Amino acid sequence: MKYLSMIVGILGVVAYLTAPAGAQEKRFRYAYQSDILSMDPYARAENFSLSVLNNIYEPLSQYNEKLEIEPALAESWSMINPTTWRFKLRHGIKFHDGAAFNADDVVFSFNRATAKGADMGPYVGTIEKAVKVDEFTVDLITKEINTLLPSTIAFWYIMDREWAEANGAENPVDLAENIENFATTNANGTGPFRLASREPGVRTAFSANTNWWGAKTKRFNVSSVVFTPIASDATRTAALLSGELDTMFPVPVQDTAQIESSGVATVLQSPALRTIFFGMDLKRDKLLNSPIDGPNPFLDKRVRQAIYHAIDAEAIRSRVMRGASTPTALIMAPGVGGFNPELNKRLPYDPDKSKKLLADAGYGNGFELQMECPNDRFVNDEQICQVVTNMLAKIGIKVNLLAQTKSKFFGRLTKHEVDFFMMGWIPDDLDAGSVIAHLLLPPEEGGLAYNGGRYGNPRISELSKKINVESDPAKRQAMMDEVFRVMQSDVAYIPLHQQALSWGVRKGVSVAQRADNALLYKYINIK
Amino acid sequence: MLQFVISRLFQSIIVMIGVALVSFAVFNFAGDPVTNLVGMQSTDEKREEVRESLGLNDSVPEQFFNFVSRSVNLEFGISFQHRRLVTDVIAERLPATLELSIVAALLALLIGVPLGVYTALRRDSVVSQFVMSLSLIGVSLPTFLIGILLIYIFAVTFRILPSFGRGEVVDIGFWSTGLLTISGLKSLILPSITLAMFQMTLIMRLVRSEMLEVLRTDFIQFARARGLTNKVVNFTYALMNTLVPVLTVVGLQLGSIIAFSLITETVFQWPGLGLMFISAVFEVDVPIISTYLLLVALFFVSINLAVDLLYYIVDPRLRVAQSQ
Repeated sequence: MKYLSMIVGILGVVAYLTAPAGAQEKRFRYAYQSDILSMDPYARAENFSLSVLNNIYEPLSQYNEKLEIEPALAESWSMINPTTWRFKLRHGIKFHDGAAFNADDVVFSFNRATAKGADMGPYVGTIEKAVKVDEFTVDLITKEINTLLPSTIAFWYIMDREWAEANGAENPVDLAENIENFATTNANGTGPFRLASREPGVRTAFSANTNWWGAKTKRFNVSSVVFTPIASDATRTAALLSGELDTMFPVPVQDTAQIESSGVATVLQSPALRTIFFGMDLKRDKLLNSPIDGPNPFLDKRVRQAIYHAIDAEAIRSRVMRGASTPTALIMAPGVGGFNPELNKRLPYDPDKSKKLLADAGYGNGFELQMECPNDRFVNDEQICQVVTNMLAKIGIKVNLLAQTKSKFFGRLTKHEVDFFMMGWIPDDLDAGSVIAHLLLPPEEGGLAYNGGRYGNPRISELSKKINVESDPAKRQAMMDEVFRVMQSDVAYIPLHQQALSWGVRKGVSVAQRADNALLYKYINIK
Repeated sequence: MLQFVISRLFQSIIVMIGVALVSFAVFNFAGDPVTNLVGMQSTDEKREEVRESLGLNDSVPEQFFNFVSRSVNLEFGISFQHRRLVTDVIAERLPATLELSIVAALLALLIGVPLGVYTALRRDSVVSQFVMSLSLIGVSLPTFLIGILLIYIFAVTFRILPSFGRGEVVDIGFWSTGLLTISGLKSLILPSITLAMFQMTLIMRLVRSEMLEVLRTDFIQFARARGLTNKVVNFTYALMNTLVPVLTVVGLQLGSIIAFSLITETVFQWPGLGLMFISAVFEVDVPIISTYLLLVALFFVSINLAVDLLYYIVDPRLRVAQSQ
């Protein structure tokens, strides 16, 4: 017992000695569920890492807090011929180490972003080459006409040539060769914040760049930022409630009410750009994993419609997502270019109709199906799938749910080995054109791995080629609308919802919640 | 003695190879690393290129052979996730885990052994009964629950201790320590108690039952009959004789404290090996997973070896048996 009282005594003394020492400078502390993968802006095309790096590095053209394109390192741009975009660079910009920014850096950055080991394909893949015209003018030559180039390149950040060369970081890390890279843990950009310290997996600190070119019109008052990854949901919530964090995200759905009622912090929610939907194997004659003797039932459109009518998106919104989702009839969100609200009408929830459709298709006694879902990727992914399992049971479809880690799940999905699956998508360039390219074209038409059910329709393939090169926005929109009408009439996918972004923010702190889940320090103010 | 050590070393190597084989077999079920290596919107050619460059297209025996031969040369490759040398990543994380584990082990020993002795000697006292029933909670509550409970009491409600992280650390050469700063020490309190809780109660209950057994033996009765003081009988003869099994368990538990600190590390976002391992599993970071498993196997094997050698020091009977 003596020992116990000793521990209590020590606890008391420690607590006394280290009581909070008054107000600090304007320091913003926040946490996300995983770490920034690398400080190298070309290492991985991953949304969270790139959104953090945007505080240090800047692109030529960028998204503002409303996701509209605005000038960044380039002050203006224009298409001078169908495959050439000319960017006029801003004068007088300095990198954090004091070096001047010019056209050479842009050309260098393009070469580095397309080098072996770089993962910038989604952003610079359409560009053939970058050509220096003069000290502050650069031409980006595209392989085909790309009317959306300024938004395509918004996550391709410019690095300093001299800095990279001086530190042996001319190319990103190539995993095949066991060589580290200076740029993985160091950074030198032009942005409003500079990297102060980096301990991978532990904490990353940033300090305001007083020489930032936009300092005159700056809208933030924080002088430093500390980022910590906190993987455990309960700990992230506790750290916000204990005042150790100013912001954390994502807020676990089950903790929303607790945070709201704490009086310490509030939950900031808005619709996210990621759309969740279900897909089906539309290619195989027989399903791979489901114990069905006959042909693949999904090849019959009535079966797909039956499943659509059986899924109650409203119930999922209110019970599983506790209100934090928006049911949808499309596979992209409002805010993605090409979204048309007129098409956003779901098939009604109607299990009786489902049963009738199944009976018409010859499945009056139902069938058994394997469904696959990730369990660590989307908000409440596994729970949603469990609820869908129950909903389908009501119309006689017995679902065997296989919920697995994202690594396993996406490994199977990209090999097209899934029968019935959950999927979520956010187009990197925020344009429906890439949604079509990734999810609606079969592999033989240039579609990519994530079209898990290998859906294809000749009309969509045909329209897709035209959409890519159409420069008239109205015509382009009309063609996209047709694509999504075809998709809807084919019931190629069963759309579910857009999950909501959910950030826990301490009272007295204001942040801008951008729809792509980016938290930019240049919009943070602390009272 | 020498022969004994050599035969144990030989066994250890077999164990290590076994672990390598098992951990390697596990990768094939962990998922496809390539989906985590390239952005979602990469082309199939890009995926194939990455797969090829990492040797994932080689046959399984070939991959295993390459893995073992590289490991023998202490080449563990580049972490897929961190894009840094695995050895560097592990060296960075090791101090955090070792400091936490050692503090937890010390806590468990320094509290567990005296409590065990006390509850054995004063079996029927109210305090003993209380401690024993309290210890049931320690054995039965899962670690993460204890951790979250402590966080809500000390971090959220009273706000006297941090809920996550390691606080400020000081670098001494390659070793970063949190033991020299106040925030580091404060950060250590909750995780080390959480991690120590199970071991503490285990050790306490073990010491108690061993002690009760020894106290019943003839030689203790004899010692008492000869009029030796309680102090000498209890602490010199009885306690020393309970230590052999306790040592075995403590040794093995130290290994598992290090290996299984991952739950505590996850709850407290403690930047050690366990946390690194968990995220590596989710991301299928094969170089990290394999190196970590080998390292943990090495810990277990060497702790076992050390425990075997310690028997000689603690238990004179073994020395006698050997020399005959």
